[in-house]
This record gives sequence, structure tokens and C-alpha cells, in this order.
Amino acid sequence: MPQELNYLPETASQTAGPYVHIGLAPGAAGFDIYRRELGWDIAGPNAKGERIRVEGVVIDGMGSPVKDVLIEVWQANADGIYAHPEHPGEVEEGFRGWGRVITDFATGEWGFDTVKPGPVRARREMASEVRPAAQEEQIDAHGRGHQGLREMAPHLNLWIVARGINIGLNTRMYFDDEAEANAKDPVINLIEWERRRQTLIAKRSMRDGTPVYRFEIRLQGEDETVFFDI
Amino acid sequence: MTPAEYYQRDRTMQPPAHTPNYKTSVARSPRYSLISLQQSASEITGPVFGHNDIDPIDNDLIKNYAKTGDPVGERIIVHGRVLDENARPVPNTLVEIWQANAGGRYRHKKDTYLAPIDPNFGGCGRTLTDENGYYYFRTVKPGAYPWRNWVNSWRPAHIHVSIFGASFSQRLISQIYFEGDPLIPLCPIVHTVPDPAAIDRLVAKLDMNATIPLDTVAYKFDIVLRGRRSTLFENRLEGN
Ligand SMILES: [Fe+3]
Repeated sequence: MPQELNYLPETASQTAGPYVHIGLAPGAAGFDIYRRELGWDIAGPNAKGERIRVEGVVIDGMGSPVKDVLIEVWQANADGIYAHPEHPGEVEEGFRGWGRVITDFATGEWGFDTVKPGPVRARREMASEVRPAAQEEQIDAHGRGHQGLREMAPHLNLWIVARGINIGLNTRMYFDDEAEANAKDPVINLIEWERRRQTLIAKRSMRDGTPVYRFEIRLQGEDETVFFDI
Repeated sequence: MTPAEYYQRDRTMQPPAHTPNYKTSVARSPRYSLISLQQSASEITGPVFGHNDIDPIDNDLIKNYAKTGDPVGERIIVHGRVLDENARPVPNTLVEIWQANAGGRYRHKKDTYLAPIDPNFGGCGRTLTDENGYYYFRTVKPGAYPWRNWVNSWRPAHIHVSIFGASFSQRLISQIYFEGDPLIPLCPIVHTVPDPAAIDRLVAKLDMNATIPLDTVAYKFDIVLRGRRSTLFENRLEGN
């Protein structure tokens, strides 16, 4: 017998179930317990950049809205900086970049207010050894190429849990008014099918002077949203 | 320090999306393959929480919603460590739990099970792990409850648990079951996990050494999040 590696295996995921709100958003479950619930203010009062609203619905394989979903959002600020000690740069006081969103129990509609993130520096540009030429690498027919080397278009990272979802689903939301940046985005370009790329792009409109981005997430069907194994 | 990626998730041990015995998954499961991402800054960062976000009483479900007295039920401690796949502790990470009361009823406007609401029990708690990755909660043991899947389906007693870790790629929600519960082998949600050993790891063990005599019985439950690569820099391995 060869030696043992002795890694611990990751704990298995289980569905968040229909009552996820009790733990993560008790106000929505119908009671008041904590001094402050977490994740209701993504950008804070001091955030620079364009104030936006993001709205949408999650649709199941029958075409019906999923009414008990919980979504978490993770985003950079307008300068493309994440509020995390390992991402170089500063964010505004009170900018967290993280939010928790639940659906309306009657309609399945969800929405949140935030600021539009900036383009995010790719991970390897944080390291000193990156060769500028490598940033132009393209992804080949085997999906090879280092998408981690290139700047990413503005995007929101989303994590979706609900009853019937056994392990949280990761996706990204991009912005339709960033067509030029989207065309060069290393993650969008990883998706072979042009049509599937469109599932990640939210549509902008204006309401009472505020930009509103609409993003519909389809769990199944012809226009199934692209989900990522991150 | 050069930020490094997390190990890829072992999907053979994690539940697949489409698990027909858990009927709700059928219409809610993506059918195309996930697109594998080389991790970028978006995946190796994640929200950071601190003691300003929560209160010390938040991890005591016996007291955090008590109105006229303590909640009804078997008093228990659930404790353990949050580790990564390298067996390193995950410190200062937010752990949140929610559960039914001792009768199997949730305090939720969508739960209409005939077991009564307990006026002294909210059913949620949260805490940060300490510098060694250790956490604990005090609560009452949740009851089993029926649900519509097959005609006669019952969930084993369980506590839902949410853990952040240090990055968005470590985010995890799971459920804590209790040693010896005969409903565990019958539950289609438990069995969305394909690996029997991975199911065993979802079962908390009675921990007599942590029990408080004449007061509260204890269960131990460790949580493992994805591990992280050593930092590769100028062909040298760092960080191990
Ligand atoms: Fe439950």
C-alpha cells in the first residue's frame, strides 16, 4: 500500500431547505431576533461610483418562479477592489461588497441596491512575476490559457441556494452596457457557446433616474443560466 | 503573499444537482455541465465578519429568544471546529444555524405543521469561530418532522448550518444530524449525498466529556471547508 495523504474531505453540502430565512434572514421568516441582520447594505453610504438597482427572478424547469430562493452577492467596488485583506487596495469606509437577497414569497421577484463594480484586476496581476505578454494569452480549443491573467469586465458574483438545490449554485452577472469589456472578459470567453454567454448579461433600463439591471436566472431549459464550478 | 487557489471541489462526494428521490430537485437542477473556472480574485476573496456584526448571546438559542422562560426540549451543546482540507483551523469565520423546535415546528410563516410554536424559542443562532477554528452553540434538540416528498416522509432531527470560510469558493450550507437517529437512513435529502462515508461525517457524535452534568448534553460536529494550495513563488513552495 502506498502512503496516505491525510487530507480531510470537504463536508458534504445539504439543501438550505424552505426555511433558510430563519437562519439567514429571520425578519423575512416573520420574527425579530438579532440586533442587526447581515447583508442588507452592500455598498454603504460612502461608496463611489454609479448607484444601481439589480432585479430579477429565478425560474425553474417548469417555467415557474422559485419563491423561496436566497441569493448572496459578492462584488468589487467601483475601482475593482474587493473588501478583503488579500486584494491589494482600499475600499471606502462601510463598503462591504457582500449582500444577502431573498425573494418575495408571492412573486419570486428579488432586488437589491448597490454600486456598479469596476473592472477587476486578474488574480495573477497581484503577483510580481507576471509577464505583460502573458496577459494577452487566448484560450485554446482545449480551454487552456490562463484566464486568471487578464482583467475581468465588471461583474457580480452570485451564490444561489433554495429548497431543492443540493449544493449552492455559483454564477456571475455582467452588464449589457459594458459590451466592449464583456467581449474581452476571460470568463465569458471560456464559454464555448455564444448563446449561453448571453445568459450572464443583465439588461439595463432607467426607472425614476436610477439605472435598473434585470437579470433572470434559469435553472433549467434551453436558456439555462451558465453556472460555474469555482 | 501571493494569493493561491483552493483545491478543486471533489464533486464525487458532493450531492449532484439532480436527485429524483428528493423530488423538489428535479425542476430545480441545472442539466448542463458546470463551467470550471480557474480561480480569480473574485473567487479567492469573500466577505469578512467581525465581532461588531453579532452579539455574544447570538450563539445561545436557549436564551436568545426567551420571553417567559426557557424553551421546551432536551438541552444540548453542539460544538466542534471548522477546519480546511489541510486540517488547518479556519479562524474568525461566521457560522450560522437554524432549526425546528423540540416538537419539529419551525418559527416561519410558511411552516404550518400541527406541532406548536414554542414562545421561548426562535430557532436561529450565529457565532464566529475563535483563533483555533472552534465554535459552540447551546440549544434544544430539534424534533423530527414530516414533509411532502413521498406520502410518509420524515426528516431526521437536524440543525441547518451555514459557513463562510475565508473566500467565496469555500461557502457551504449543510445539515447536522444526530448519532443513532433511525430516520437518517430513510431520508432522501440525506441520500442526495452519494458517498456513505460523507453521510457519516454529517452525523454529530454524542460527546460525554463536553456534557455539563445535571444540565446539558453535548454533541461534537467538525466542519471541513475546501483546502488551499501552497503559494507558488519563484519555483519555491511557501506556506506549508
Ligand atoms: Fe429543516
